[in-house]
Amino acid sequence: MVVNLKINGRHYTLDVPPDEILLTTLRNLGFNSVRQGCDTSTCGVCTVHVDGKAVLSCTVLTCRLDGHEVTTLEGVEEAAETIGRFLVEEGVEQCGYCSPGLIMSILYLEKCVPQPTDEQILHYLNGNLCRCSGYEGQLRAIKKYLEVKYGAGSKQAI
Amino acid sequence: MLNIQEYVAPNSLEEAYQYLISQKGATLLGGCAYLNLGTRNIPLAIDLSRTGLSYIRENEDTIELGAMTTFGDVEHSAILARYFNNILALSVRDIVGIQLRNLVTVGGTVYSRYGFSDFITALHVLDTQVKLYKQGIFDLEYFLENGSKEPDILEKVIIKKDNRQAVFKAMRNSRGDYAILNLALARIGDKFRIVVGARPGRAALALNTMEYLNNEYAQKRELSPEILKNAGEIIAEELSFGSNGRGSSEYRKELAKVLLRKAIQEVI
Ligand SMILES: Cc1cc2nc3c(=O)[nH]c(=O)nc-3n(C[C@H](O)[C@H](O)[C@H](O)COP(=O)(O)OP(=O)(O)OC[C@H]3O[C@@H](n4cnc5c(N)ncnc54)[C@H](O)[C@@H]3O)c2cc1C
Ligand code: FES
Ligand code: FES
Repeated sequence: MVVNLKINGRHYTLDVPPDEILLTTLRNLGFNSVRQGCDTSTCGVCTVHVDGKAVLSCTVLTCRLDGHEVTTLEGVEEAAETIGRFLVEEGVEQCGYCSPGLIMSILYLEKCVPQPTDEQILHYLNGNLCRCSGYEGQLRAIKKYLEVKYGAGSKQAI
Repeated sequence: MLNIQEYVAPNSLEEAYQYLISQKGATLLGGCAYLNLGTRNIPLAIDLSRTGLSYIRENEDTIELGAMTTFGDVEHSAILARYFNNILALSVRDIVGIQLRNLVTVGGTVYSRYGFSDFITALHVLDTQVKLYKQGIFDLEYFLENGSKEPDILEKVIIKKDNRQAVFKAMRNSRGDYAILNLALARIGDKFRIVVGARPGRAALALNTMEYLNNEYAQKRELSPEILKNAGEIIAEELSFGSNGRGSSEYRKELAKVLLRKAIQEVI
C-alpha cells in the first residue's frame, strides 16, 4: 500500500503492508525513540502524536495515515531535552525505557491544559506505565517544568 | 496482531456496506484497539474513517454521535458537557489512557455490546437509539439484547435531549483498569432509571429496583436510609452477578449496593 504522510515535518511516500502498525514503520525509518512495551495497547511507551493528538502507535495501522501528520520525540527534540532535564533532576530516569512516550504525553497534556491541577496531570498520564515506578518523581518533574515555563499561578501561556 | 490481506478505505457508507457483504470475514475497522488484541486474520479490512462518521451533532431534540467519534472526542465535547451532567465524558475518562481514548470509537464499542463497557452503561441510562445503516433505528435496549441480525454498519447513536440528571459510578482496582462493576443512574422528574454493567455481563436495567424507588418516592417524597438499604437488597437480588479475575459475584453484589446508594445521593 502506498501511503503519503508527514513525519516530523518531512514528507514520506511509503510502501507498507496493510497490517503494518505505525510503531513498526517508525522504527524501520530509524525513529527509535518509539518503543514497544506490550501487545495489549496498555503501556503507552509507543505514544506519538497524529495530527497533534496523542495516540498509541502500536494500535494505528500505517495505511490509515495517508495525508496525516505524525510527530515523534525526534521531531520535538528541544522540548524533549528540556523536559528530560526536569525528569533527571527529580531522579525519575531509571532505565529510561518509558521516557519518550512519557514526554510525548507531557507535551500533549501541555497543549490541552497548560496549567493543570495534580489531578489533571494524573489523568493525562494515566496511560503511561513506568515499570521502574517513578510516578511520584514524574509528577514533581512535570509540575516544575510547567511552573518554570508558564509561571506558578499564572493562567496565560508565555 | 492483525493479519490483513486487503485494505480498503471507502468514501461512502454504501460502498463500505457493499465491501462488508462482499465476502466472509470482511471486517470494519473502528479504532482497532479491540481488534488488535489477540491474533486475527482479516481477508478484507474496511476502514470507516473516510465515511464522514466522526461527529457530535446537536439537533433540536437529539444529540447524534457518529460511529467514528472517538472517546477522546466524547471527553472533550462542549455539546455533551451541557447535557446529563456530562455523564458520557465521565464514563470514559478512566478507560486506560488518553492515547487509547483518542483512538477507540463509539461504533466499535456499541456494535460489539461489550459487557465490561463503561460507555454503554452510561448511554443506556439515557434515551438512546442506534442507527444501523441497512436495518434502521433500534432502541439501545433492544439492540443490546438482540444485536444485529445480519452484518451491518453502526452509523450513529442518537440520544434524546431531555432534562434528566445522570450519574455514572464505577469501581476499579486501579485507574485505567477495567471496571469491576459500573452503574449509571438517571433521575427524570420523579422517576429513576438504573443500569448496571460489567457484572461482568452486559449492561442491564434494574427494573425491580427502579419500580421500588419510583413507588417509594411517589408516596414519601424522600428516600430514607432504610429505603436506600432496601433498594440495595433488591438490586443485588434482581440482576445476575458473575465472578471473574476482578471480583466474585458476592463482591459485585455488595458493590452494586454501594454504587447505587452513592448515585442516588447525588441526584436527590
Ligand atoms: C487495553 C484495553 C482496555 C480497555 N478498557 C476498557 C475499559 O476499562 N472500559 C471500557 O468501557 N472499555 C474498555 N476498552 C474497550 C474500548 O473502550 C472500546 O470499546 C473497544 O476498543 C472497541 O472500540 P474500537 O473502536 O477499538 O473497535 P475496533 O477494535 O475497531 O472494533 C471492534 C469490533 O467492532 C466492529 N466495528 C467497528 N466499528 C463498527 C461500526 N461502526 N459498525 C459495526 N461494527 C463495527 C469491528 O469490526 C470489530 O469487530 C478497552 C480496550 C482495550 C484495547
Ligand atoms: S506498546 Fe504498549 S501501548 Fe503501545
Ligand atoms: S524509568 Fe524504567 S520504565 Fe520508566
